[in-house]
Amino acid sequence: MNIFVQLTVTGLTNGAILALAALGFVLIFKSTGVINFAQGEFLLIGAYAVYVGTVAAHWTVGILLGLLVAVVLGVGVERLILRPLVGQPIIAVIMVTIGLGIFLRSVVQIIFGNRPLPFPDFIPGGSVNLLGATVPANRLWGIGLAAVTLAVFTVFFTRSRHGIAMRAVADDQQAALTMGISVRRVFAMAWALAAVSAVIGGMLVANLIGVSGGIIEFGLLVFPVVILGGLDSVPGAMIGGAIVGLLITYTGGYVGGGLQSVVPYVVLVGILLVRPYGLFGQVRIERV
Amino acid sequence: MSPTAPRTGPGTSRAPYGSAEVDPRQATEPILALNNVEVIYDEVILVLRGLSMSVAEGRIVALLGSNGAGKSTTLKAISGLLPTEDGEVSDGSITYQGRDITHTDAATIVRDGISQVMEGRRVFEHLSVHENLLAGGYTRSHGEHADDLDRIYTYFPRLADRRSQTAGYLSGGEQQMLAIGRALMAHPRLMTLDEPSLGLAPLLVEEIFSIIGRLNDELGTTILLVEQNARLALDIADHAYVMESGRIVLDGPAAELAANPDVQEFYLGLTEEGARRSYRDVKHYKRRKRWL
Repeated sequence: MNIFVQLTVTGLTNGAILALAALGFVLIFKSTGVINFAQGEFLLIGAYAVYVGTVAAHWTVGILLGLLVAVVLGVGVERLILRPLVGQPIIAVIMVTIGLGIFLRSVVQIIFGNRPLPFPDFIPGGSVNLLGATVPANRLWGIGLAAVTLAVFTVFFTRSRHGIAMRAVADDQQAALTMGISVRRVFAMAWALAAVSAVIGGMLVANLIGVSGGIIEFGLLVFPVVILGGLDSVPGAMIGGAIVGLLITYTGGYVGGGLQSVVPYVVLVGILLVRPYGLFGQVRIERV
Repeated sequence: MSPTAPRTGPGTSRAPYGSAEVDPRQATEPILALNNVEVIYDEVILVLRGLSMSVAEGRIVALLGSNGAGKSTTLKAISGLLPTEDGEVSDGSITYQGRDITHTDAATIVRDGISQVMEGRRVFEHLSVHENLLAGGYTRSHGEHADDLDRIYTYFPRLADRRSQTAGYLSGGEQQMLAIGRALMAHPRLMTLDEPSLGLAPLLVEEIFSIIGRLNDELGTTILLVEQNARLALDIADHAYVMESGRIVLDGPAAELAANPDVQEFYLGLTEEGARRSYRDVKHYKRRKRWL
């Protein structure tokens, strides 16, 4: 029982962070149709930005700097790199995001080197007793923070004017234009929000494993998550994140032997056989 | 009357086709005017070849024409949608309320008061009815939404019943109502509609046209209506233009046009005697006789 609670907390933390990273990916794919292979690097840059701000001043500065870097990075990438590619074949766009990822990763290495840096612990450490098991408090904070962020995003998409506009653009760009919605601005907003969710995710990973290139590997797990949940589904990203996070931890804890890196993909294939759009992917609506 | 017989009806005694000056009988100041507009797609395909027309404030104006005449292109030129299809206005100008909007971007044009209801309804399929309407009110402030929604649900009670349904699963008629309601959310002074009758059952078409008439009456919205269903369009419109191959070939008050033997022959499917002709003959005949 103790082990189960501990593994569940660990799995949910990983899952919540994965959900944040996946949310950014889904946002970009849904509204702009671009598959962003640099999402892991977005996490990395976010983590370093928060680190620099925190070390230099205070964690509030760190978070603000992280968000600022996220918006600049997101809007900059959209404006400078992807806008000129509008109308180009999808493979070209994919190659560009892969290249962008390598570029960002290398820049970070040049500046900060290869050694992992300890993440300043402004998120309360120590341990808490939960259902008879001892679990690290920072993981509970991680789950809480991620849950709040995801809730805020959900409200944004269903209630706010800009959120609804983003979904409208995802459905039909030309029709959205006739509503006076600026498609360009929505694209920029999608990239900025994706980077913001990546910064929060990156910060939480860094809090667990330190600030290092390992964050990118964590970011790679975004792919099983979004394919499982559905490439264009926000709730899918959250639930897919939780499933993958828990699966990895349970397999690692109960079975072990490296099987945890295989199991998510096995389950992924199984689910895709039954639901080809992923668990919550948008089914093309056809009226009969 | 044989297809090649010379015509001597009142239709041919009017001004020569193609000279589409602003009709002096349209007394009020035009809210929208197109002057010799030329539209080119992909830098090679000339679709509008010097089209001129004007829409008087508060009126319903119909734009008729056969497939490929350039009716949809005309509406897209007005709404600023051409850049999304590699098209551009290469000559001439479009003025709205006296200001040049020829190259204004689509979002600004909506804010200025022109809303388009696109061909094929184009509702946001994965959004609910309510969210579709909210998307339509994007340019308005949040405070106005409640009143606007109320008004639209009064015009379209059916939408009120289905407010939380996913728009993609509505029937065609309901989707058309939603498309019109969504455009209304932006408070347009001029609403352009592209084939609102397309693919709908006759009863629904009548319902939608009566609502279009009421919008014009009660809200004072100026309407520019593109239709293939010429009979309905001429019924509801004050003024009408007929276009062919990217130009206006005929225009006048709707009632006058409905009485014009050429219009009757080509667009209403009647012979001069008023009897219905077989549609097949009409099409066959059209292939040989052109306005220009």
